[in-house]
Amino acid sequence: MEHLRTTIGIGGVIGRVHVSDPAFLRMLEERYDGFTGNWDATDFDFTIDLAAPGTPVSAEDDVRVWRDGRLWRFRRGDFSAEWDSLSRKGRIRQSANPYSIDSVLRIVHTLILATSEDGLLLHAASAVRNGRAFCFAGVSGAGKTTIARLAPPDVRLLTDEISYVRRDAGRYYAYGTPFTGELAKPGENLSAPLAAVYILAQGTDNRIDDIPRAEAARALLRSVLFFAEDAELVKRVFHSACQLVEDIPVRRLTFAPDARAWELVP
Amino acid sequence: MSRNRYIARSTKVAARMVGDEMMIMSGRDSTLFTLNPTGAALWEAADGVTPLEDIVTRQICARFNVEPAEAMRDAEDLVDQLAGHGLVRVSDAPTRDGAGPERDA
Repeated sequence: MEHLRTTIGIGGVIGRVHVSDPAFLRMLEERYDGFTGNWDATDFDFTIDLAAPGTPVSAEDDVRVWRDGRLWRFRRGDFSAEWDSLSRKGRIRQSANPYSIDSVLRIVHTLILATSEDGLLLHAASAVRNGRAFCFAGVSGAGKTTIARLAPPDVRLLTDEISYVRRDAGRYYAYGTPFTGELAKPGENLSAPLAAVYILAQGTDNRIDDIPRAEAARALLRSVLFFAEDAELVKRVFHSACQLVEDIPVRRLTFAPDARAWELVP
Repeated sequence: MSRNRYIARSTKVAARMVGDEMMIMSGRDSTLFTLNPTGAALWEAADGVTPLEDIVTRQICARFNVEPAEAMRDAEDLVDQLAGHGLVRVSDAPTRDGAGPERDA
């Protein structure tokens, strides 16, 4: 059997994916275009075993992530995966679709970031303007894709759906991700210092309001992606989110769905 | 006179003062709770070895200008709620590490 692989770097975390189907490899390389490269060292490796299309591979409808000794187990109806937290190698069983591997990658990244307590994945659009990054956080329907779609030409989009924020030497950076929302357009693979997080609210005018820090923390925590049923990691994610609120301005951006909202973003 | 009760913060939660609210997240199910300043004072003093009555007297009545009887009623209510969510453990005897026997508040 032929062994093929591609290496995907997101947020400075490098993962290698091994497959045996050339067509599936091509699909991966197209999907993660701009995020693939030739790194020697990796943070995780996965081998993908492809199931026949439409074959349910797990009984769970909703995603479940739990620890079983040194193994992490991930389950959803469309995939089943194990990842050894010590060897950093794992196996995924899924059909040849891009959504399953997307989910597994997001889960692994959340585990790695939570363990090191140096970053978060957020339900947020993010973009770079004038060398500084801005996140636009909100639940589904809050306007993440809309604000991304309205971005003027000088703005470089990092993502319209899943933002990647890391802390390095006391500073926060937002990174581009290939994870897309309704815009169906991957972000650019670049990073910039995080200047502000805006909690999105739709209204009849465009304005930015300060919000109490506790309210900011609650809003941010609602936007955090984390799946693992693990009390220790949940505690770390909580502290990471609260720390971010202490270090970075978090404000409410109320916007009417027109491009003038971007006039408020410096 | 009511019996002494000792309140210990669970080790399975994360808690942090954010602004003027104590935010508490259950590590078990990620549920988020917030406490106002008087609740936060009780939470911070819930070391498992200080009787609830002492906490109310020293940390709540003395700091927030509340009548002792009213403060005690509110504290008992709050402790019951926190215990119901597994955020604290309540004991009849001091529990140094907060890992004493768990029971209904």
